[in-house]
Amino acid sequence: MKLDLLTALFVFMLAAFLGLDIIRRVSRLLHTPLMSLTNAISSIAVVGAIIIAGEAHDTLSTVLGALAVFASTTNLVSGYLITDRMLRMFKRREAPKS
Amino acid sequence: MTSAETIAEICYLAAAPCFILALRWMSQPETARRSVAAGVTGMLLAVGGTLLHPEIVTYKWIAIAAIAGIALGIPLARVPLTAVPERTGLSQAFGGFAAGLVGTAKYYLWLGEGQLTSFRMAVIALEVILGCLTATGGLMAAGKLAEKITTRPVTYAGQNIVSFVLLAVAAGLGGWLVIDPTQSWAFPIIIALALIFGVLLILPIGGADMPTVISFLNSYAGLSAVAMGFVLENKLLIAAGALDGASGFVLSLIMCKAMNRSVTNVLFGAFGSVQTSARVADQRTVKSATATDAAELLTNADSVVIIPGYGMAVAQAQHRVRDLYDQLTKRGVDVKFAVHPVAGRMPGHMNVLLAEADIPYDRLVEMDDINPEMPQVSVALVIGANDVVNPAARTDEKSPIYGMPIIDADKSHTVLAIKRSMNPGFAGIDNELYYANNTLMLFGDAKQVIGDVVKAVTGEGGH
Repeated sequence: MKLDLLTALFVFMLAAFLGLDIIRRVSRLLHTPLMSLTNAISSIAVVGAIIIAGEAHDTLSTVLGALAVFASTTNLVSGYLITDRMLRMFKRREAPKS
Repeated sequence: MTSAETIAEICYLAAAPCFILALRWMSQPETARRSVAAGVTGMLLAVGGTLLHPEIVTYKWIAIAAIAGIALGIPLARVPLTAVPERTGLSQAFGGFAAGLVGTAKYYLWLGEGQLTSFRMAVIALEVILGCLTATGGLMAAGKLAEKITTRPVTYAGQNIVSFVLLAVAAGLGGWLVIDPTQSWAFPIIIALALIFGVLLILPIGGADMPTVISFLNSYAGLSAVAMGFVLENKLLIAAGALDGASGFVLSLIMCKAMNRSVTNVLFGAFGSVQTSARVADQRTVKSATATDAAELLTNADSVVIIPGYGMAVAQAQHRVRDLYDQLTKRGVDVKFAVHPVAGRMPGHMNVLLAEADIPYDRLVEMDDINPEMPQVSVALVIGANDVVNPAARTDEKSPIYGMPIIDADKSHTVLAIKRSMNPGFAGIDNELYYANNTLMLFGDAKQVIGDVVKAVTGEGGH
């Protein structure tokens, strides 16, 4: 689908300002999981990599695309898993054990 | 537009609010676990939609690469929580690497097809420069955080000039390619310069600034995804990349503010190298205490504030700290944890380590909330923290950390500081707190010392 420069910039602007606003509200307790979550979200790059690896246009682009799929899948998997692992640890005070 | 493309676009459209909700739910721990589910849903929609694309003729390489990625990703998610900063650096490197590779592939594809418009060339140059510098910068940061590379700033004369000439040459060559895209010899040079620039960018940055740097790299990784979105004309990439970029940017500003430093000062200041003549040569004495003394002080206290630093994590003392917390709470002592925003090696690092030890998060208090209470606190227990409790930040204008907001441990009635030795900390600055009249030092490994204190506490009240 064609995307003109102004529409692209418009999307960027809206997402960036929305992002600034949302991130400011993130609990300071959760800054480390936030970072691993955004790492995982930025592995959205996998979308571009998949198309290049799948078009199999020539050897060079297939190899580069496959490497990019590898790198972003690693981020995707490890990013979400570790975020979940960390978030599971945050607990409120429990009833005292006797 | 074919129907497959329409479906893909609708998937992308649905994925965008998933990512926004994922970040929105991070505002409090109660809702945070939903974040991962929302993020995963968004990603599955995006990947699913992409796999329908008619341009894809073979799934073989995608599948092989994805399996390899999963195989590496699972162990990377199981690292000890002390190693999370390194993992984050590595992850940013991978993100940058992916952007650089996609940009490179697109350049050669479009060059071969003669479809390299000036707009495409400009955004490819941007994507490749950002991607490559994030790749090497992330690796360098991971190396420094893992202490595989020296954590001291590495500096030489004219450093900033050399770095910026490199970046300017890379950008200049990119500009030339925009005018004449067939000068393909310039493209590998741009890649090489951006890779070198990433190394030079991190080399002069000292260990104490790592929380800020890791946030900056987060921002760069996001921006390289945005640039990829411009190259591939994909709105979802632009939106998700912008969210990531904004996140890194906000975190960097919070970190800078918590250290009273400007953004430019962190990036170009080579902090920690200024270990000047500020050290006074007089031999001052410190008072040291035994575990039994400490146990007595703590059990008789009304309120105790524990101030953890990275030293606690290195000694793996957080579980012993939890034992101490349990014992003191059982005896009616009010125990809180004061966490400085830059304690540890990445934003929020201490909170995760304490949560891992099952310390309830409502006992973790931020610096600004605890400081007004400090004068009423009976005992401040400093465990492996150093610069974040250094009163020189308030009093000594010559100190490199002057002006940095600190936790006012020195204002409590008694300070107990656990430290391996009198060597200055990660940032290499001497700490006045240890020589103060109301400070008692407990020398030794944090895990060992706290274990001894816990034993002394239970020995006292155990019968």
